[in-house]
Amino acid sequence: MDAELKELYQQVILDHNKNPRNFRKMENANHFAEGYNPLCGDKLNIYVEVEEGKIKDISFQGSGCAISKASASLMSSMVKGLPVEEAEKLFEKFHAVITGKITDEKEIEELGRLAVFAGVREFPSRVKCASLAWHTMTAAFKQEEKTVSTE
Amino acid sequence: MSTGIINDIKKSSAGFDINKIRGDFPILKEIVHGKSLCYLDNAATTQKPKAVIDTLVKYYSEQNANIHRGVHYLSELATKEFEDARIKIKDFVNASSEKEIIFTRGTTESINLVANIFNKGVLKDGDEIIISGMEHHSNIVPWQLIHDQKKIKLRVIPIDDNGEIIFEEFLKLINEKTKLISIVYISNSLGTVNPVEKVIEAAHRHNIPVLLDAAQAIQHLKIDVQKLDCDFLAFSGHKIYGPTGIGVLYGKKKLLESLPPFQGGGDMISKVTFEKTTFNDLPYKFEAGTSNIAGAIGLGTAIDYVSKIGLEQISKHENEILDYATESLLQIPELKIIGRAKHKSSVISFVFDNIHPHDVGTFLDFEGIAIRTGHHCTQPVMDRYNIPATSRASFAMYNTKEEVNVLVKGIKKLIEVFN
Repeated sequence: MDAELKELYQQVILDHNKNPRNFRKMENANHFAEGYNPLCGDKLNIYVEVEEGKIKDISFQGSGCAISKASASLMSSMVKGLPVEEAEKLFEKFHAVITGKITDEKEIEELGRLAVFAGVREFPSRVKCASLAWHTMTAAFKQEEKTVSTE
Repeated sequence: MSTGIINDIKKSSAGFDINKIRGDFPILKEIVHGKSLCYLDNAATTQKPKAVIDTLVKYYSEQNANIHRGVHYLSELATKEFEDARIKIKDFVNASSEKEIIFTRGTTESINLVANIFNKGVLKDGDEIIISGMEHHSNIVPWQLIHDQKKIKLRVIPIDDNGEIIFEEFLKLINEKTKLISIVYISNSLGTVNPVEKVIEAAHRHNIPVLLDAAQAIQHLKIDVQKLDCDFLAFSGHKIYGPTGIGVLYGKKKLLESLPPFQGGGDMISKVTFEKTTFNDLPYKFEAGTSNIAGAIGLGTAIDYVSKIGLEQISKHENEILDYATESLLQIPELKIIGRAKHKSSVISFVFDNIHPHDVGTFLDFEGIAIRTGHHCTQPVMDRYNIPATSRASFAMYNTKEEVNVLVKGIKKLIEVFN
């Protein structure tokens, strides 16, 4: 594979695409949002259970490209247990990295496992793929629901 | 030169020199991500032969002036070039008069034009328009926009699993409220060539006019509007090797004369006072404002270029490439072709179980291959087959079997990485 392409499709991303973590519907979620990217037809449902301001559990379902699926998968495993505000802060930083606003290697490293998405900055058309799950999660925080519809 | 291209030349009939044709398109020599460009996104837009590029340069270097109004040398020259292009298009589609050829910005504007003048001049609450289940958004949304003002109904001809319209269902949709049938000639996402002759015949038995969206047909099939007897025909210049921003609406003279103008402005009037305006004759009645003059002249050159090679030769070559590509792609077990109509042209849409089209597009781009991925502005088609998107390879006269091999190789590499 070409070096730039390898940067985008890192092994971690390919793995999470093949075996996404937290890929399920959550029956006892109290926050839910539907994410949709009309450009490519990606659809993502995010389920969150927030307890005392903390993300107790988070899961997702839907269809999308490797970048959006891996992003949702890694996001879900990274934010579990975090306070909502910190998850939102993490998204800000993540977004700055994938749009190329943060290029300092040290700062990128601070993202931990999410740093694998730094290669997305070379592919402006794929930024939306990487950020869809995050946008949907922050929308879910604002949308409170006692029970998520099973439909 | 690769052996594949040499084989293609040998197989082609005497009048079709693929090597010479490829040489006429400067962009085909481009290198993308270190690989030779393999341009298979022709349903989105076609590349331009040098003749068209030269025409644009010549127009702006030696002929530029506004048309239909100046008495000076350049204005008369530009007017003549512009009107000559109209005549070329008239001859190309065999319209009975150049008055029936209206310049627009493209297929989308051509359809919007018809929707607009039908809304003003024909449609009443309760009327119905028939379209098909494989329309581009540009033949859905203009009718829905009317729907917001009037209670008209959009009736949709269903399509079967192969991507063909179900003709019996179409016949059932026709009734006394049907005011227009607006249907795509060749589907941009499935490649289906619709039986438009039969559609027109059935429609005319009920005196219903038919609009053909020929955006994907004009560059592949010989179209004779008199023989087809379609009432309107819409197409874009950029899909037939011409510039972007120029398109055509053909309409039968009687029909166009009976309908109100589209936009108001210069060129479309014969006399204006603050109280009343009388409108200009055809085709100018529908061409308000300064047209894309360079674009129209460039389209004229593109049509000359296509005519010189011959649409019959072109479609023969393209069908060979399509058959070869279909055969080759069917050998890949992980790949499924969407759209298996009996009569197809130049488009192959495909999907994989576990690889999303966006990843396909990005991956193949690094092999120098340009294909389109997404819903192709036909979201109802994607819904029909319960898929979010497809990858689409689409062919033009300059494509070769060797390029199909490059695509197949790229796909095999892709499967290795993603599966």
